[in-house]
Amino acid sequence: MTQTSVEDEFSRSETAGAQTTTLLLQTRRLSKDFGGVHAVAEVDFRLHRGELRCLIGPNGAGKSTFFKMLSGQLHPSKGTIFFDGKDITGEPRHKIARLGMGIKNQVPSVWDGLSVYEHFWIGAHRRVGARAARTVAEGLLTELGLETVARREVGALAHGERQWVEIGMVVAQQPKLILLDEPTAGMAADEVERTVDLLRAINFNASLVVVEHDMQFIKMIGGIVTVFHQGRILIEGAMESVLDSRVVREVYLGSGHARG
Amino acid sequence: MAPARLSVPELLLWAAGAIGIALLPPILSTFQVVQITIFLIFCLLAVSLDLSWGLAGLLSFGQAAFFGIGGYAYAILGINNVTTSASVVAAAAAGGTAAAMVGYIAFYGRLSAMFLAVMTLTITLILLQVMGSTADPSYRIGSAVIGGYNGMTNIPSLVLDPRGFFWTVGGLLVGIVAMGRLIMITSFGRVLAAIRENEQRVELLGYDARWRKLVIFSLSGAIAALAGALFASWGNFINPEVFSLAQSAQVVIWVLVGGRGSLYGAVIGALLVQAMTQYLGSIGTAYTSLALGGLLVMFVLLLRNGLLPAISRGILAIGMRKA
Repeated sequence: MTQTSVEDEFSRSETAGAQTTTLLLQTRRLSKDFGGVHAVAEVDFRLHRGELRCLIGPNGAGKSTFFKMLSGQLHPSKGTIFFDGKDITGEPRHKIARLGMGIKNQVPSVWDGLSVYEHFWIGAHRRVGARAARTVAEGLLTELGLETVARREVGALAHGERQWVEIGMVVAQQPKLILLDEPTAGMAADEVERTVDLLRAINFNASLVVVEHDMQFIKMIGGIVTVFHQGRILIEGAMESVLDSRVVREVYLGSGHARG
Repeated sequence: MAPARLSVPELLLWAAGAIGIALLPPILSTFQVVQITIFLIFCLLAVSLDLSWGLAGLLSFGQAAFFGIGGYAYAILGINNVTTSASVVAAAAAGGTAAAMVGYIAFYGRLSAMFLAVMTLTITLILLQVMGSTADPSYRIGSAVIGGYNGMTNIPSLVLDPRGFFWTVGGLLVGIVAMGRLIMITSFGRVLAAIRENEQRVELLGYDARWRKLVIFSLSGAIAALAGALFASWGNFINPEVFSLAQSAQVVIWVLVGGRGSLYGAVIGALLVQAMTQYLGSIGTAYTSLALGGLLVMFVLLLRNGLLPAISRGILAIGMRKA
């Protein structure tokens, strides 16, 4: 089974030490309490370089809180986060971003008064400077099919386009790891397909963790799926086995029927 | 938001502004020259606010405080026989330093935008009280008597000739507007514009928003203080009224009326509102505040983006209809 082989790999990489590990991201007993609510409880999560991982779970399972801790938007109540061999627990968000983590939050956040082009340009500028940022921005405009709206203010764009603008600017940052919280929310079926293609292309250069509800999307992505439930990791494994699992069906998909 | 590139018409506008300022004084009466000079000083103050509020979204009611600090610094140094040009530079530096201290607390303390507005207003009103309670002749710095609410008199002029002073102020205004516009199109300025729109998104891309906000806020404070120094030089007089609530609110109204973010809107707003204030003042002072208040309400309700964006949108709409 995929699950066992992955676990073997974990133990190998841990004994090999931090230098040679293929682990990109690891959390140890990561927890976040809001008052008495354990939004995330003792999560041990591991992600290898080059992976494209789907994170699923019902609303309130703690996925977004988990992402916000990884990216420094929330400070963990307990536990540690290792990213690219460094302990980044409690670091400010801009420093974590500089280490090579990019994130798109669930709530779309873009700069409504700035043009599409400027989003990509600013995304790239910090790392590569003005001239190369222009090349990156123009490349992304083509790749995302946004050339015609390049100079338009993002506030005037349709919802799906705004999602792509945000994904695009995270990609422009050229991170090692990209966290995407519901990237296809509000997209039509053909747009979802294009997004999957886009994420596969991005995956050549970066590892990805994607929170999604759309079963069609998860099936298209395949690979290993991690299921969150009540702040904990319920199960982790290959897409087919996870979706077939009775526990998952009960907690996540309701009374045994999947969407799509 | 204003375009991220300088267009040819904009460069022509700068040239026209510079030529206008060069040609106006000889054809106007000395009285008119002096009157317009104070308008230009207020324009400079409005531009200083637009640089922090319009570009970076940092609303400060403290421009009056930095303006007053600049005015008092210039007055104290000038009366103590420091050369007037050195006094102007020192006044701007004093305002910039004050803004940097306020900004450091606000930005590095991660305080909200609302807090910055309240804090700057409070500081202004504290300064009003402090400067107002210095009436005793023992409050003096060197030979400069602070004078409480009576204020300070006999402040030396930066340029004695009214026309020369007009050219100095006008030149500074055109130069600083041009500098501000250039800042807006650099990567620094574009990141600030992004911070105004959504600071969290900027930081998640790896940019440290704090020092960027601190730099633009300090610069804004320095320009306000420069305007204050010019103001003290203009009337050879300054009193704590510069720190009053009315004065702080007025700067915000100028920018609100003219439209944020382009610097030109701030200039237009300051000119229009000041012209209106002066006209109303000539018929009866009681109406001035009422009319200003009404104007503010009207703009907040009907023209939220201010005059200049509304006009440029109107022109664009007409152009589209023709095409």
